[in-house]
Amino acid sequence: MRQPKIIIVGGGLAGLMATIRVAEAGVPVDLFSIVPVKRSHSVCAQGGINAAKNQKGEGDTTAKHFDDTIYGGDFLANQPLVRRMCEAAPGIIDLLDRMGVMFNRTPEGLLDYRRFGGTLYHRTAFAGATTGQQLLYALDEQVRRHEAEGKVKKYEGFTFLSAVLDDAGVCRGICAMDLRSMEVKTFTADAVIFCTGGVGAIFGRSTNSVVCTGSAQSALFQQGVDYANGEFIQVHPTAIPGEDKLRLMSESARGEGGRVWVPRDPADQRPAKGIPENERFYFLEEWYPKYGNLVPRDIATRAIHRIVFQEKLGLQGRQAVYLDVSHIPRETLDRKLEGILEIYEKFLGVDPREEPMKVFPGMHYTMGGMWVNAEDQATNVPGIYAAGECEYQYHGANRLGANSLVSCIFGGGLAGPSAVKYAKNLDKGAEAVDASVFAREQKRQEAKNQELVSGQGSENLMVIWRELGDTMTEHVTVTRINKNLEAADAKLVELAGRFSRVSLSDRTMWSNQTLNFARELGNMLLLARVITLGALARNESRGAHYKPEFPERDDANWLKTTRAKYVSGEIKLTYDPVDISQIPPRARRYDAAK
Amino acid sequence: MAEKKQVIVRIKRRRSPKESAWWEEFALAWRPSMNVIICLRDIAENPLTRDGKKTTPVSYDSNCLEEICGSCAMLINGKARMACSALVDSLEQPIRIEPLSKFPLVRDLAVDRQFMFESLKRVKAWIPIDGTYDLGEGPRVSPEVQEAGYPLSSCISCGSCLEVCPQVNENSKFVGAAIISQVRLFNMHPTGAMHAKERINAVMQPGGIQDCANAQNCVKACPKNIPLTESIAEVNRQAWKQALLGWLIG
Repeated sequence: MRQPKIIIVGGGLAGLMATIRVAEAGVPVDLFSIVPVKRSHSVCAQGGINAAKNQKGEGDTTAKHFDDTIYGGDFLANQPLVRRMCEAAPGIIDLLDRMGVMFNRTPEGLLDYRRFGGTLYHRTAFAGATTGQQLLYALDEQVRRHEAEGKVKKYEGFTFLSAVLDDAGVCRGICAMDLRSMEVKTFTADAVIFCTGGVGAIFGRSTNSVVCTGSAQSALFQQGVDYANGEFIQVHPTAIPGEDKLRLMSESARGEGGRVWVPRDPADQRPAKGIPENERFYFLEEWYPKYGNLVPRDIATRAIHRIVFQEKLGLQGRQAVYLDVSHIPRETLDRKLEGILEIYEKFLGVDPREEPMKVFPGMHYTMGGMWVNAEDQATNVPGIYAAGECEYQYHGANRLGANSLVSCIFGGGLAGPSAVKYAKNLDKGAEAVDASVFAREQKRQEAKNQELVSGQGSENLMVIWRELGDTMTEHVTVTRINKNLEAADAKLVELAGRFSRVSLSDRTMWSNQTLNFARELGNMLLLARVITLGALARNESRGAHYKPEFPERDDANWLKTTRAKYVSGEIKLTYDPVDISQIPPRARRYDAAK
Repeated sequence: MAEKKQVIVRIKRRRSPKESAWWEEFALAWRPSMNVIICLRDIAENPLTRDGKKTTPVSYDSNCLEEICGSCAMLINGKARMACSALVDSLEQPIRIEPLSKFPLVRDLAVDRQFMFESLKRVKAWIPIDGTYDLGEGPRVSPEVQEAGYPLSSCISCGSCLEVCPQVNENSKFVGAAIISQVRLFNMHPTGAMHAKERINAVMQPGGIQDCANAQNCVKACPKNIPLTESIAEVNRQAWKQALLGWLIG
């Protein structure tokens, strides 16, 4: 019998989980990653991973987790697969526990759980405040074991350029670039699973890592993979602003009792600790008495924007509010939150155990992503699968905190066996495809590189990137206004024009990071338009997508999935119905219990 | 008009392992909260040396920029540290930036730390689970073990401990403190402990724990404050015990 082969692109949580599942099925895996997989962006996830284990005796159930997720996502997610994910979550925790993740423990030696946003239950298992790092390492170790046994071959230091599609439009492998030799090569596979993460770099500064550019998703979109709900971008309420990145201050700070506030008097010049309790405005607790500081992220972010921009109560007139954990015992903080408090201390030189932190919302996550079907993570292009943040399936219009890790592992765990099944059922494997199919894709990509390194224009890559980030952050994040979105799209078209006239400051062919970034930026500029046009079209407010001109959710017209297609070089928006077969939509409000 | 504040950075450049190195100096506009990454990005945007010569952007590894991915370790003013958390205002100028010296150079500040990942394979740094299918909960772990294990499992494989270790040099295959500390971590876990012997055997091979000369530089250089010397002492104890038992039983 023919032995199929699978390629996985991306070595974060979803990619590693898919890798393990494929290796377990006895099918060889080639795993591609820009960075050594242990350095993937999943390490930045902090607060925890959700599973309704009901280990605090609160009567939590997977059905409640499912309801919180659908409600938190403002009813935009297709429901059946979300239900399956919530039902699988307790088993995922058990698996991670068996892999040796150093989760925090109760005195009885059981896993401890904390509260997170958008739920009233203690449902979030955690390992200090570096849960993503700890989970990624556990999966990395398992993959290393499979690698040592010869089942997995890693290609670290390679970037994905394009899929290799045969004349029937079936994916037969990938074209990738070795980031040292800058050689463009093709690799055959019967199916490819993409786990290429988020799109933060499109917004210039975000909580994402450097490699989260969305470049792979965009390249695939241009090859015919549909992109769904791109306009749904999560802005995390509490990040530390920085010129190079917005550093996340996890929701777990609030889960452990952290409070968000500003002085009631904007002219108050006293240091935070000198302001008495009754002169502090705990606006989340006042406005949302039931959920308080743990309202979902879109709600908290808009509340902070309102405080700063409408009520003019930002700290010292600036774009900042206090996130205060200084009332929590030091011992608790060190045991449960040390990782994030250290980040604050290291980068700002202030000890948050003593002084409230100054935070402001920052771009964090994309709910939208590559379109996948409702059964097995397959995209609309045969042979291409997607899992993790790069696909759109699980979070609707807003993701709940600590649901991303579970969706990565569930999606990756589902995509692996699905791709194996598809590959085994193929009549004709990739090895039977004519070599010219691979050669023409390689030539196409080499030509793109050649064009970039020989470009003699006057445009500067980094300047275009900055203008892209500023445009997207200003107009396509928290508050969206149609005329601004139109202006943003015009700007993106202008930037794409200027991009064709860039002149690279490095034209060598060894470890040329400038050339690699140019490839990414070209793709980012197009995906930015998909996000912006989706936002412009959607005349309602839902989850993270907020339009003051259309302040209400409009189920009659907009309870539908945006599905962007790339047709003859143009972005076309189409719409699919949402599967609401399990929980009928109802109004979403967090000022009272739902 | 007041003179604009500048940041002076000197960078050791090298196009490839085959070519020789040279130094370049840059004068950058100072801003509050600058770190070394921001300096490197400024250079990428405008690659002109201090004396106005055109050059190329600097190659370097980076990813998370919050000291948890382990990518951006380099020598900054002679010290192995992460570039993202190296704040300009706390550094003496000119800021000297060089690649780590104990790993094969790729280009400029980028090096190849594959040796560390290969070493993790050698010592079997994993819990050998039967499979990912549903087998119920994991073993109970006391808060005490979790509190000892969690810091060990926060190792970001940055390579700082190898960089400062006098035992890591061209003539040695010493795996370094980070890897030995991982042996301690996995031997501590209830399931991992079932396979402790294999890991101890691996770490008693050439390049293993006996190559440690107790300089104790590693623990001072670790950006995550991992108790590396305690790990070495503990694994050493386990290795002696295993060697003695083997000798007694013959």
